[in-house]
Amino acid sequence: MYTWKDYVGYDRLPHIWCSGCGNGIIFNALGQALEKMQLPLEKVVIVSGSGCFAKIVNYPGVNTVKMLHGRVLSGATGIAMANPELTVFALMGDGDGTTIGGNHLIHAARRNINVTAILGNNYNYGMTGGQYSGTTPEGSITATSRYGLVEDGFDACKLVEAAGASYVARTTAYDVLELQKMIIEATEKPGFAFIDVLAACPTHYGRLNKMGTPAEQMLKIKEGTVPVAKAAKMSPEELKGKLLTGKLVDRNDREDYAVLYAKMAKEARGE
Amino acid sequence: MKATITINQKLCKSCGICVAFCPKKVLGLQPGKKAEVVDPEACIACRMCQLRCPDFAIEVIKNV
Ligand code: SF4
Ligand code: SF4
Ligand code: SF4
Repeated sequence: MYTWKDYVGYDRLPHIWCSGCGNGIIFNALGQALEKMQLPLEKVVIVSGSGCFAKIVNYPGVNTVKMLHGRVLSGATGIAMANPELTVFALMGDGDGTTIGGNHLIHAARRNINVTAILGNNYNYGMTGGQYSGTTPEGSITATSRYGLVEDGFDACKLVEAAGASYVARTTAYDVLELQKMIIEATEKPGFAFIDVLAACPTHYGRLNKMGTPAEQMLKIKEGTVPVAKAAKMSPEELKGKLLTGKLVDRNDREDYAVLYAKMAKEARGE
Repeated sequence: MKATITINQKLCKSCGICVAFCPKKVLGLQPGKKAEVVDPEACIACRMCQLRCPDFAIEVIKNV
């Protein structure tokens, strides 16, 4: 019987993240979800890239791989293809996952690679001082938009849905029980599964946008969301600027790339 | 008492998240200090403090 301590690598803590950082809450939920699933340590791989959230690979008791900035899903694709027995998690910040690595995100979803991708979405590049990213909302104050961002961030869930992902969900770091449930569902789903977790970066984004204490930031982020069932009864005006939370896509009509590839290889060999 | 709450002084970074969201005001935080248990009798063993702690610093073990 493994405990969350085995999965997160408790003996290697404390981690590097700032006080109140949402990355730690996502890591905590991942540890709890892994404890519930009881996957053998040697069968799990966590892949990350660069940035604050990417530091997660320094701790876990499972296999870890650190890729170049934005290349989390390229590494995860290779691992999932080489050994389909492994459970592969791609952990990315919004810089890594949607901005520098945005192209890989589209194609991992399009190919339906059997990977569970978790986006720690805190609307900025925390590690390099809080520059805006592809998900930063319009009007935000960041290190590179001191007078307010003039462009709008995009909805990463809609993007991967359009590209063909099998499972897409969104929640916030406040809703940790929902997050645990989503991680389990996403892991058990064959094909590409994506969870967008809206989380606080108290050191940069939260401070520059005067969002208060880490707990207040978590609540403010939650206020910017609407559960998908409730949204169905709301007008477009009421939904303006809100992000939908809950399970957004859950489809079974597309096979995972590794399965299709294995079939093709078998046919090619005349088996 | 419903649960035994342990706060790891080495891991706590004093963010106050556990204190803000505990539904029973069991936890407290003094400026410049680490989180502490102030009203253990009130704890309902919901574990939300442990699950929301970004630093794995709180453990809530249900008393049986
Ligand atoms: S800079 Fe922001 S994202 Fe990075 S560890 Fe600190 S709070 Fe977290
Ligand atoms: S949530 Fe964790 S790190 Fe933050 S004050 Fe509470 S015990 Fe300390
Ligand atoms: S277990 Fe629940 S009631 Fe007890 S201290 Fe934690 S949050 Fe408060």
